[in-house]
Amino acid sequence: MTTNKSPKKEKLSGRLIVVEGIDGSGKSTQLHLLDKWLRHLGLLVFNTEWNSSEIVKEITSKGKKKALLTPTTFSLLHATDFCDRYERNVLPLLRAGYFVLADRYVYTAYARDTVRGCNPRWVRKIYSFAARPDAAFYYHVPVEVAVKRILTGRPKLKYYEAGMDLNLSNDEYESYRIFQSRIIEEYKAMAATEGFRVMDGSLEIEMQQVLMRRQVAELLPPDVAAVAARELGAQ
Amino acid sequence: MRTARSLGERTLDFYGDGIPYLKGRSIKGRLIVIEGPDGSGRSTQVDLITAKLESDGHAVATTGLKRSDLIGKGILEAKQKLPIGKKTLTLFYAADFADQLEHKIIPALEAGYIVLADRYIYTLIARSTVRGISRRWSYDLFGFTIKPDLVFYLDVRPEELFHRVFQKYATLDYYESGADLGLSDDLYDSFVAYQKMMAKEFKLMEGRYGLVPIDANRPVSEVNADLQKRIDAYLSKIGRAPA
Repeated sequence: MTTNKSPKKEKLSGRLIVVEGIDGSGKSTQLHLLDKWLRHLGLLVFNTEWNSSEIVKEITSKGKKKALLTPTTFSLLHATDFCDRYERNVLPLLRAGYFVLADRYVYTAYARDTVRGCNPRWVRKIYSFAARPDAAFYYHVPVEVAVKRILTGRPKLKYYEAGMDLNLSNDEYESYRIFQSRIIEEYKAMAATEGFRVMDGSLEIEMQQVLMRRQVAELLPPDVAAVAARELGAQ
Repeated sequence: MRTARSLGERTLDFYGDGIPYLKGRSIKGRLIVIEGPDGSGRSTQVDLITAKLESDGHAVATTGLKRSDLIGKGILEAKQKLPIGKKTLTLFYAADFADQLEHKIIPALEAGYIVLADRYIYTLIARSTVRGISRRWSYDLFGFTIKPDLVFYLDVRPEELFHRVFQKYATLDYYESGADLGLSDDLYDSFVAYQKMMAKEFKLMEGRYGLVPIDANRPVSEVNADLQKRIDAYLSKIGRAPA
């Protein structure tokens, strides 16, 4: 009766491309530009973003305000959100041959939940159903650069976003900075084992995009790849 | 009437990987779980045991699998609007359970209560695995939970269960009769087949989770005497007489 097929054994004709990095690393901008290019090449593209499942949001919106979330509950709610998007969109579309672009993937959970105090092994087991990406780009920027990009204009940070639940500092901006630098440490620690393609997020946007497209070109179907190669050569 | 002995302290013990930030936490209470399908007499037994333990001088807190504040009733409405995947639902219930565990069960244990749980993770696991979710994954997922001190499983023949459920509600619950699984067009057949599948999952969990099966085909008073004897024996074994 148990039919939980390992994701590796399933035939996925699509391609899964993931960007990771802390807030302000520029990863979303790069993914947006990649999306435009892939569509221009005539490919079927689907975008999915961390913590964006409508149904999960609807169910938890009331509760989240009332309840004080522990790291374990927080982790499980994000897993629920991920799983909903995965079962509803990501997996079927990968099987149907789409290019699925994910703004944050399981690695965000690995990094954040570990920093929050969950058992890293447990978190990985929960996400074991998720397919391995064809490419996982990690946008690395010094924490000061990223934090400056986010905090310019002194936005109101959300409680959990600033990592205030970790008691790092009473000052939300200071807490945010420490929280982000700890997440960077987690990303660094998994970069090699998870096969991240590490990108320098402090380069010019255009330059970064060319570097990304060159790598993605290798994942394109042969006929499209020829067109893409010509375009990239002309740049 | 027995005079209650204090229970002594122990540290939290987790099933799997556990919750690192709670490791080594000391508790004064004990966790006792009563599992079993609808109609097995769980709630009745929980009430009877509560009364007995309280009259013996123990503080008792009861918990169930009712949805917490975290998820609320939203999940039922959402399920009707849009189908939710099985794995997603399992994670939802796990999140909800984690909330209860950390905000209700563990604080009560720390305060020295005997917590009587009307169902625990085993029902959540069995419901998922009969619907095709990997056992390994479910066991791993619930590895954050704490080991109870005693777990009883009220075992009732499906045919007997059917009568009890029908007498009580005059109808069968859609999910509790496995109607979503398409086992049979005949609701009786579907109910019996589903309960057998559930019972099989509980059987599989006996060793792993130390479930003690209790023959609950018997009258309420007999089942209660059996349970109470086992609970009293456990409590007097661990208990220390007041100084």
